[in-house]
Amino acid sequence: MTPPGGGEAIVALSGVAKTYDNGTQALERIDLVIRDGEFVTLVGPSGCGKSTLLHLIAGLSRPSAGRIAWWSGTFDETGGPGRRIGLVFQSPTLMPWASVTANVRLPLDLARVARADANAAAAHALARVGLAAASARLPRELSGGMRMRASIARALVTNPDLLLMDEPFGALDEFTRQRLESDLLALWSAQRVTVVFVTHSIQEAVFLSTRVVVMGAHPGRILDAMSVDEPYPRSDAFRLSPAFAALAQQVSACVAKASADALPDSAPLRANAARRTR
Amino acid sequence: MRPDTRMSVLRFAAPLAVAVVVVAAWQILVSVNRIPPYIVPSPLLVAQTLYADRALLLNSLGVTLGIALAALALATLVGVATALIFVQSRWLEMSLFPYAILLQVTPIVSIAPLIIIWVRDTRTALVLCAVVVAIFPIISNTTLGLRSVDRGLLDLFRLSRASRWQTLWRLRVPSALPYFFGGLRIASGLALIGAVVAEFVAGTGGQGAGLAYQILLAGIQLNIPRLFAALVLIALAGIALFAATVGLSRVALSRWHESALDVES
Repeated sequence: MTPPGGGEAIVALSGVAKTYDNGTQALERIDLVIRDGEFVTLVGPSGCGKSTLLHLIAGLSRPSAGRIAWWSGTFDETGGPGRRIGLVFQSPTLMPWASVTANVRLPLDLARVARADANAAAAHALARVGLAAASARLPRELSGGMRMRASIARALVTNPDLLLMDEPFGALDEFTRQRLESDLLALWSAQRVTVVFVTHSIQEAVFLSTRVVVMGAHPGRILDAMSVDEPYPRSDAFRLSPAFAALAQQVSACVAKASADALPDSAPLRANAARRTR
Repeated sequence: MRPDTRMSVLRFAAPLAVAVVVVAAWQILVSVNRIPPYIVPSPLLVAQTLYADRALLLNSLGVTLGIALAALALATLVGVATALIFVQSRWLEMSLFPYAILLQVTPIVSIAPLIIIWVRDTRTALVLCAVVVAIFPIISNTTLGLRSVDRGLLDLFRLSRASRWQTLWRLRVPSALPYFFGGLRIASGLALIGAVVAEFVAGTGGQGAGLAYQILLAGIQLNIPRLFAALVLIALAGIALFAATVGLSRVALSRWHESALDVES
């Protein structure tokens, strides 16, 4: 696969900070470059600003300080061919009144793509996540794992060059989660898409990523980043290997140190509250 | 019997059983105590009156129901349009919402005489009175619904660079439907109340006389059985209106919204 640090810079954050209107400092001086073909995981305890950081990269909010470049340009220059961004949320966030196909097709409908082309793209995206048989169903008729697959298909339908995922598997059971993780890696290998993945699971971070970025709280900042130089495809056997255990240990120690350093006050709660009420 | 079949049978049977018991008790109390019909007529006498005066009463029912339906349609149209305007601008909503509340809290009996004086055509005046009564739940519920949009979906629309119009039609309007139908359900009853109250105030008789006029007249003439018969018709009309809006909301939301799904699914 693409060697970490080798490809073109997809997103470059320099000195990025985020302070909410209520004064909560969610992020402090973030410097991070995400390169073409990388699978970067942001991992850290609750309230360390990983979701905030992902929202900044998605262009859904603006930094209070510093600057972010997408493909060395501004956010307004994204969205075209070669510069598309897909986003997968914590919950599936599907439209309950629309069929799976209509949900997956949404980004294309909003871009006014012809219906026939959009339907073909949606069918293709659904096939890639193994949901072709459920295309006519409504979200409420799907299981939690299937809903998340539909949500991923919706993010894939535009053939994104940068895929942002905000704890997408957090609410799923262990079996579904592991299957989706393997499926996601297969998709990533086949697609040549750059992924930024937020999680609080160290195992998930190590299993998926080419690089793990460890974040700490009060205020949110990057503590460390480590490459995971294990070859792909990674099978379930990797989860049981000594190399996996060693990497997980390393990340875990880093997170633990960050948690110990942090002051045990209510700052993370306030940061979370600010994010939700925004 | 399957549980869901039993539930749907029960839904009709239970209130029907209550009605049978109440009517039977009413009949027995009136018969045993020999209560004169000008105080409380027996249900049997009310039914007989309903049949005997059917031409007069059904004509009046048609008038009242016509006013209520016209008012409900107009309230829906104006109410939804107002909500759509509100949701486009917080400033507009903040400036105008208090006046919508003012409309809601002003008793209709106190403004009905004015409307009846100002509007020459009596029927139009009656419809307007009923609109004033019925419009508030539609405005407030629809506005709430248009604002109660999933944050994640809103983010997705922003990320997809959706226009204001696309966000309105593809996201806000469908999200608001369950709230709108909740408002419509309340408004259907209020439109009927508004129509009856306005008729009382206007006191219009003759060919265009509604049920309220028949009640007024029957009261003056001490024709209490006819008064009861008219009351029964108003109650039935109210139930029919409510059932119609419930049916409409089920048709519109049946496939996806919790409120329209069966308990078991």
